[in-house]
Amino acid sequence: MEFHETTLENGLTVIAELNQAAQSVATGVFVRTGSRDETEDVSGVSHFLEHMAFKGNDVYTADDVNRIFDELGANYNASTSEEVTQFYAAILPEYLPNAIEMLSTLLYPSLRQDDFEMEKNVILEEIGMYDDQPTFTAYEQAMQAHFPTHPLGWKILGTSDSVSALTAESMRQYHADHYRTGNMVLVVAGRADWDDVCRLVEEHCGSFPGGRIQRDTSAPPVGGQTQVIERPSSLQQHVMQLAPAPAADHRLRYAAELLGVIVGDHSSSRLYWELVDPGHAESADLAYNDYDGTGTWLTYLGCRPETVGENLERIHSVYDQVNREGISPTELEQAQNRIASAIVLRSERPMGRLGALGINWVYLGQYRSVQDDLDTVAGITVDDIGQLLAEYPLDAVSTATVGPLSSL
Amino acid sequence: MSSTATIHTLDNGLTVIVEPMRDVRSAAFSFLVPGGSVHEPQGRNGTAAILSELILRGAGSLDSRQLTATLDNLGLQRSESVGVKHLGFSGATVADRLPQALAVYGDILRKPHLPADQFDAVREGLEMTLRAMQDEPRQQLMVELRRRCFPAPWGTPTYGQLEQLPDISSSDVVDHYRQLVRPNGAILGVAGGVEPDEILPVVEEAFGGWEEGSETELVDGEYTPVIEHIAHDSTQTHIGIAYEAVPYRHEDYYTAWASVGVLSGGMSARLFTEVRERRGLCYSISAVLNSLPYHARVLAYAGTTAERAQETLDVTLAEMQRLAEGIEPGELERCQARAKSALIMEQESTISRAGSVARDWFHLGRVTTLDEVRGKIESLTVDTVLEYIHAHPARDFTVVTIGPEPLEVSGGIS
Repeated sequence: MEFHETTLENGLTVIAELNQAAQSVATGVFVRTGSRDETEDVSGVSHFLEHMAFKGNDVYTADDVNRIFDELGANYNASTSEEVTQFYAAILPEYLPNAIEMLSTLLYPSLRQDDFEMEKNVILEEIGMYDDQPTFTAYEQAMQAHFPTHPLGWKILGTSDSVSALTAESMRQYHADHYRTGNMVLVVAGRADWDDVCRLVEEHCGSFPGGRIQRDTSAPPVGGQTQVIERPSSLQQHVMQLAPAPAADHRLRYAAELLGVIVGDHSSSRLYWELVDPGHAESADLAYNDYDGTGTWLTYLGCRPETVGENLERIHSVYDQVNREGISPTELEQAQNRIASAIVLRSERPMGRLGALGINWVYLGQYRSVQDDLDTVAGITVDDIGQLLAEYPLDAVSTATVGPLSSL
Repeated sequence: MSSTATIHTLDNGLTVIVEPMRDVRSAAFSFLVPGGSVHEPQGRNGTAAILSELILRGAGSLDSRQLTATLDNLGLQRSESVGVKHLGFSGATVADRLPQALAVYGDILRKPHLPADQFDAVREGLEMTLRAMQDEPRQQLMVELRRRCFPAPWGTPTYGQLEQLPDISSSDVVDHYRQLVRPNGAILGVAGGVEPDEILPVVEEAFGGWEEGSETELVDGEYTPVIEHIAHDSTQTHIGIAYEAVPYRHEDYYTAWASVGVLSGGMSARLFTEVRERRGLCYSISAVLNSLPYHARVLAYAGTTAERAQETLDVTLAEMQRLAEGIEPGELERCQARAKSALIMEQESTISRAGSVARDWFHLGRVTTLDEVRGKIESLTVDTVLEYIHAHPARDFTVVTIGPEPLEVSGGIS
């Protein structure tokens, strides 16, 4: 593994972790834009832009874009989160030039009016699809309950109303503001030659517009609300709860990930043994999510409606005990072993490395090797977990629920 | 790129396939063991799913928590699944820990406690899983489609059915284990940074004394295509379509695969282009070739709001039938490019390879080499694919919809 980094004259940062033993190469662009960067009148625009990326530019039509990626045999897609929009492709090494050219096409599409109108239908259908997934609905509502006055709490896809009202013109403006080199990083992982990478990005990305838009990363106020979405015909009740946790750049970020596994992994965690193993709940998970300037403990409970109360009590008694007594060295060691092997497995594929490289760069501005991650995980102590719990106790301050119940 | 797999069959019939891989630190296994949902007693659908959970709740000298802790300490990323024919157990970890993990699975499969006092909890867990699936119409749809589009018992839901769970007892599950879970017919695929010399003795030690069981016979029921609507107050109408194809073991399998690839093999394929890109009818649309040992179906899904659902169904069915009118060389070339690239990328994943070698053995009784698959992909032509499409046209559709309103399936095609 060799790491390389360069910045083009227009300010575009390019990083690469090259491995000549790999069979493939993955490349992607991580753009620092998502729902938290939106204003209310353009809610959903970042995600909409991710779709519009595939509609082509002056050189390539929408059909061309999909056709060319398929001709390369590429495994390609894009995704949008609250804070990052990413575009990526894994290909055989000989197709890297084509893949980088196509990525550059995705980033600066023509944003034609008729494409915009057609794709609006697709997005409205995507919103409809998630409507039929109660866990997704519960997650969106919980984020809104937790960050009621901050765009981090808004829906990534926007609402049917906001998407319907969005205009192509406001999308173009948002794109011009956010798709600037200071807001992105281009990443290459796997088998490639660094000189080739430099030449290719210069050729295809050298004219990207420079500049950056600042994001307010101060911690948003926490809402502590409860939202109930009543669905009388549902059989199960789905509950999501949020509480504050470390931000993405916090030194205890890895400790938080370990604690999430120990307390709330879906198999063999504290919540598993207390709720799932005895058959009290179908799911009882704790996950740690990190953002710029803030983080969340996300609790998910899925069970029969009539047992929600007792199950929430069980969860909170587990949390109280962990907050009071911490965790045991044995639990920590087991979780370290599990996370270490997960890191090794994920890292064996260039596509698995791509995400870690891009996200570390976007949030921390640094390169972390697989060994760095393994060393950090192995170095976490019971005391670190104690410090974490003192600063960010396990809790549930904001709640959303979807199911037959009319109140919690 | 020829396969370097070593294949060994134990005296009791368990087949072990070990494929060493270069440049990987991990190793993975995929274990297919007889005992899937087609073998369940009549009216007790869910027995296999309960067994697949209960079997991990203590084995050999370890109770449930000790067993889980042992696997966790080995860093094993594991999963269990129920197939129609087999129970599946798979796992992956750093390579030098894999032999220990396999030894634990020897106890799980041969000496499970199947504790009667935990049966109720496991059944209740499964019941809640099935209830949660009913709350997600898309998941429910694919179960309902499979039930209807394969001849009995091959469409038997692998997770079970809500109304049958109360009739399943702890002794049904123990009987299912005793009668079905056996080494003959079981397949263990291993791939990664390991050598046959280190794996085979471990497997011999862990599974060598496992006694053979008797084979079970299955009789296929009748199959008639149906059109059915299931009412649900969902936002979208979820559409499932199935039609017959040839299974993996069939000599025309790769032409069948290519015909589905032209329909749904990438974002430039016909369904995505015509239904989503040109008409904006839906977000999610796809078709896959699903192969069981002796039956195969093309299974397609589309989800769309009620007012667009009829057009979505009409366009999708029309695209399926339009295949017979011809395909462009470029469409086939894109399928070939995707397949070749996927084959090479599979070499980077120990989990994928372990699954592939086990699946190959299950379907074919041998392991295909990558050169062989590549050869078959490269030899496909527009003519051979069209020949297949004409011999196995998209027709006699089974159509299942879940949503607010039923749809019309236009006459003459079913």
